[in-house]
Amino acid sequence: MNLDSKIPSGPIEQRWDRAKFEMKLVNPANRRKYNIIMVGSGLAGASGAASLGELGYNVKCFCFQDSPRRAHSVAAQGGINAAKNYQNDGDSVFRLFYDTVKGGDFRARESNVYRLAQISVNIIDQCVAQGVPFAREYGGLLDNRSFGGAQVSRTFYARGQTGQQLLLGAYQALMRQVDAGTVKMCPRTEMLDLVVIDGKARGIITRNLVTGKIDAHVADAVCLATGGYGNVYFLSTNAKGSNATACWRAYKRGAFFANPCFTQIHPTCIPVTGEYQSKLTLMSESLRNDGRIWVPKQKGDHRTPNQIPESERDYYLERKYPSFGNLVPRDVASRNAKYVCDEGRGVGPGGLGVYLDFRDAIRRLGRQVIKERYGNLFDMYQRITDEDPYQVPMRIYPAIHYTMGGLWVDYHLMSTIPGLFVLGEANFSDHGANRLGASALMQGLSDGYFIIPYTVGNYLASNKLEPVDETHAEFRGAMEGVANFTKRLLSIKGQRTVDSFHRELGRIVWDYCGMSRNAQGLDRAIELIRSLREEYWRNVLVPGSADDLNQALEKAGRVADFFELAELMCIDARHREESCGGHFREEYQTPDGEALRNDADFSYVAAWSYQGATQPPALHKEPLDFEYVHPIQRSYK
Amino acid sequence: MKLTLHIWRQKNPSAAGKMVRYEMADVNPDMSVLEMLDVLNESLALRGEEPVAFEHDCREGICGSCGFMINGVAHGPLRATTVCQLTMRHFKDGEELYLEPWRAKAFPVIKDLVVDRSAFDRIIAAGGYISARTGSAQDANSILIPKEDADRAMDAAACIGCGACVAACPNASAALFTGAKISHLGLLPQGQPERRRRALHMVAQMTREAFGSCTNIGECEAVCPKEIRLEVIARMNRDYMTASWTSRKHPYQDPGEFVRWSYGSKLKTDQTQ
Repeated sequence: MNLDSKIPSGPIEQRWDRAKFEMKLVNPANRRKYNIIMVGSGLAGASGAASLGELGYNVKCFCFQDSPRRAHSVAAQGGINAAKNYQNDGDSVFRLFYDTVKGGDFRARESNVYRLAQISVNIIDQCVAQGVPFAREYGGLLDNRSFGGAQVSRTFYARGQTGQQLLLGAYQALMRQVDAGTVKMCPRTEMLDLVVIDGKARGIITRNLVTGKIDAHVADAVCLATGGYGNVYFLSTNAKGSNATACWRAYKRGAFFANPCFTQIHPTCIPVTGEYQSKLTLMSESLRNDGRIWVPKQKGDHRTPNQIPESERDYYLERKYPSFGNLVPRDVASRNAKYVCDEGRGVGPGGLGVYLDFRDAIRRLGRQVIKERYGNLFDMYQRITDEDPYQVPMRIYPAIHYTMGGLWVDYHLMSTIPGLFVLGEANFSDHGANRLGASALMQGLSDGYFIIPYTVGNYLASNKLEPVDETHAEFRGAMEGVANFTKRLLSIKGQRTVDSFHRELGRIVWDYCGMSRNAQGLDRAIELIRSLREEYWRNVLVPGSADDLNQALEKAGRVADFFELAELMCIDARHREESCGGHFREEYQTPDGEALRNDADFSYVAAWSYQGATQPPALHKEPLDFEYVHPIQRSYK
Repeated sequence: MKLTLHIWRQKNPSAAGKMVRYEMADVNPDMSVLEMLDVLNESLALRGEEPVAFEHDCREGICGSCGFMINGVAHGPLRATTVCQLTMRHFKDGEELYLEPWRAKAFPVIKDLVVDRSAFDRIIAAGGYISARTGSAQDANSILIPKEDADRAMDAAACIGCGACVAACPNASAALFTGAKISHLGLLPQGQPERRRRALHMVAQMTREAFGSCTNIGECEAVCPKEIRLEVIARMNRDYMTASWTSRKHPYQDPGEFVRWSYGSKLKTDQTQ
């Protein structure tokens, strides 16, 4: 199949305007006749559902939490980028575009990224108008900070809770539409299948998580804004409920999955302490602005950090990357932490940690300044670890944080199934092989507020859809399939809990398809995943019943999908014989250990299509052209 | 650590519930309360019993999903901390813990420790927003906002909607939650056009949802994991009073709703007696 990305022609700065003009419009009086489904209520989902409802479409929005305000966008700390150039420091739409393409290691689509940079300025306007309390200067202007090593200050923030405030803005806009009757909100409801009729997405099958009732919902277009799949790894910074089920079921119905091996590891998380651990806690990357990262020079040095003299400490990032030092991008910082721990120089329980030391910053600036800058993060660290970071260096270790891969979409955010749109982290489109800090919030809101309202309208206006209802054979078949799937999970009654399988699966993917990968390890991982999956379907224990609130059953279905997705991630990582961004193949590195891209052979998007349970997935390539930013080797030396 | 847990078990909204006793042998002090429940649930599942249902998602104290009473205190003994971030080292070896769901008429129990907090969503839907149509905004710096106003708005906006304030309040009032949103939006210039309407509608919805009135006890402030302050309630009352006196049209035909609220709990307690 030829992947048509539908990128408009012409100069890059005119493409989005041109695309919008060429789109067909739906008459305002006709909009309420169209039913649109939005799955997910995070930044992309809530903003998309609210904007579509405001236009007059009939929208149904689904989330698995008890309220749309809980979606995991709420947890983003750092900020949101926009090319406002309020600081007069030389920022521009083109510079944000350039930084994002380069930061993504030249594996993103230029036209999409340019549009994202253009829209970034509208997002800030929109959010301020909604009452998002961004940080301000004494003169009343919006404040900005530099984030993730960017050389301009383009990040807007609301304390350490930017994601929460942006989500509440979108949530409030959504609830306003609920009150107006244009959006029907369905919380505590999980999408378990996509219904495709005559090649077009026409609805979904859901399970009510309180009553267990399986329902069919008919629509003219279906939008998925269900987030990323970081929870494949079990331990991640994602919320416990974050899952890939909606996207995975859509994949099995014909949507292509793009670049699944592009995952991002965040360098500053609190290390794992024990087997019971349920998730990893991220601390804002801003800590690296003042903290210095080090490990002992000697292997197996068990002295407390304050007993280790300066001459026996290795500030390895400052040593290897003198110009960026502790501020190298996330992938580089994470990989180097792994190297020193692999050498046996890691600190803390199990040797899986490195020090992030504020001693020098406190000496230079005083405790008070450090407290003002990072007080809430220090408190959080102390609450979790019971150690005082003003006295003892913090211990940090990388953790999976974001997934750049996702369902393949064209310029209109439409997947390979007509009528199925994918927004936010769930799609693959804008971050290439590595996402820059403060860009996830920007993409979610760009897709939801400013892209999907146009492109869904265009699809509806240019396609004639036959009327269907829940009695259609496809709907009935899909409902039966979902009911049988649930029944099957409950009937195994094996010896191992869902979590014990998930933990083991996560360990395999982390070891072989985590911060660095190699062909042999990936082959091994695929074997291990297959045999564990086989055991899962024979030996999993799911207590309770299908007709009430059953959290173990919810997990069991999601983990079943993670098994299959984990295998696809490894297949994709195995086939991409180069290193780029978050995908580091040990066989492809420069003599001094940096990622070595292979633009001649791999400058494409790898989109995989499902071929049935017994066949391997098929690879489709969308070539990437770089007309405006020419691929170079990233260097932070 | 060894602990004895007494947990409220209730199969569904209509079933009768009861406290059930569980002995926990090896509790690691670094675990969070929720991780301890994970461990308990694993062992229950392996024994063929149904795990304890409890709400949770981000486990970083920001999504507002989690929360229950520990020994009668919403979110347990540590100030400004949700149960997902409360580690077991804050309890003593051998301690007995009583875990119960939020108790309020407006928060019916769904199962075990899970309650229905959708009343909060309906309060927001009644007016907890600024009507800014997508795409119609002017440049973000065209209205200056003094830093102090922005900071105060942010203090109120930090609410995570967990419901601890309602659970802690002897009147099961949602005044802290509703006041937080009314304050957040009312402190900003963008929130002015709808300020009075917002107060009228949100307070009316709060009353309709069977939350009690506020009698300035302050339990809500004491348990709030985001340290939202009582002053948001004062702000709500002020906006509400102004709006009731100046509004051209009440959202209700019956002005009794407003009278009841304005007089606070006195009438409310009279009614319940």
